[in-house]
Amino acid sequence: MADHYSSFERGGKRWFLQRITAVFLIGVLAFHFVLLHFVNHAAEIEFAGTQARMGNVGYFSLMWTFLVTATFHGVNGVYNALVNQGLDGTQKKVVAAVLTVASLLLILQGTRVALAMSGVL
Amino acid sequence: MSQSYDRGTVESFGRWREFSAGMWAWILHKFTGWILVGYLFTHIAVLSTSTQGAETYTATLQGLEALLIVRFLEIGLLAVAVFHILNGIRLLFVDLGLGLTAQDKSFYASLLLTAAITVASIPTFLGGAL
Repeated sequence: MADHYSSFERGGKRWFLQRITAVFLIGVLAFHFVLLHFVNHAAEIEFAGTQARMGNVGYFSLMWTFLVTATFHGVNGVYNALVNQGLDGTQKKVVAAVLTVASLLLILQGTRVALAMSGVL
Repeated sequence: MSQSYDRGTVESFGRWREFSAGMWAWILHKFTGWILVGYLFTHIAVLSTSTQGAETYTATLQGLEALLIVRFLEIGLLAVAVFHILNGIRLLFVDLGLGLTAQDKSFYASLLLTAAITVASIPTFLGGAL
């Protein structure tokens, strides 16, 4: 049998949240790709179409939740990969702080973009 | 049951010829994860043109889509996303203790399915660009 490798300590809070967000992202990432590449072709996307989609409260909520969960899942994954490679002590704290700030800025900017797309801003 | 491993061996990438299927799955999941999180930041940066007005947003997106290299990068992104999703499902099953004895086979299945979906999507991604 092949060995099982993971960057996460099983049973921990970061491991659990990574799995929970993964379950959500599996469906939403696939939906996002299909909708914006196969149903609507990316080359034909115009602001009006984007605004029509983002004007729908359900779609807007799904995309905003997608932004937050993808940011958490991605950044938490990077952090755990670095910890798994031996990141420790002060460096670990600095990396955690930098990644947290980067995540918050991404979510803030993503929210601005979502509001602009929906016509609110 | 999962097995413990020698961290020194895992991180000695020079010994890649000795890596097992599970090790390759771990490396590819990390590799695709780094690409996806990098793309997430890039994606929001590009979509930020929507804050500059409708014309800027439409012109930016259509300008990028007019570049053939962008179409090929999108195919690469699809391959990366599909593998990360399929191997992610495999990891969820492994963590639940399901299919542990076939985890190497499920890794190969993830690779094959990723290749099939990617190849099948090429006409859609290159449509109008060639």
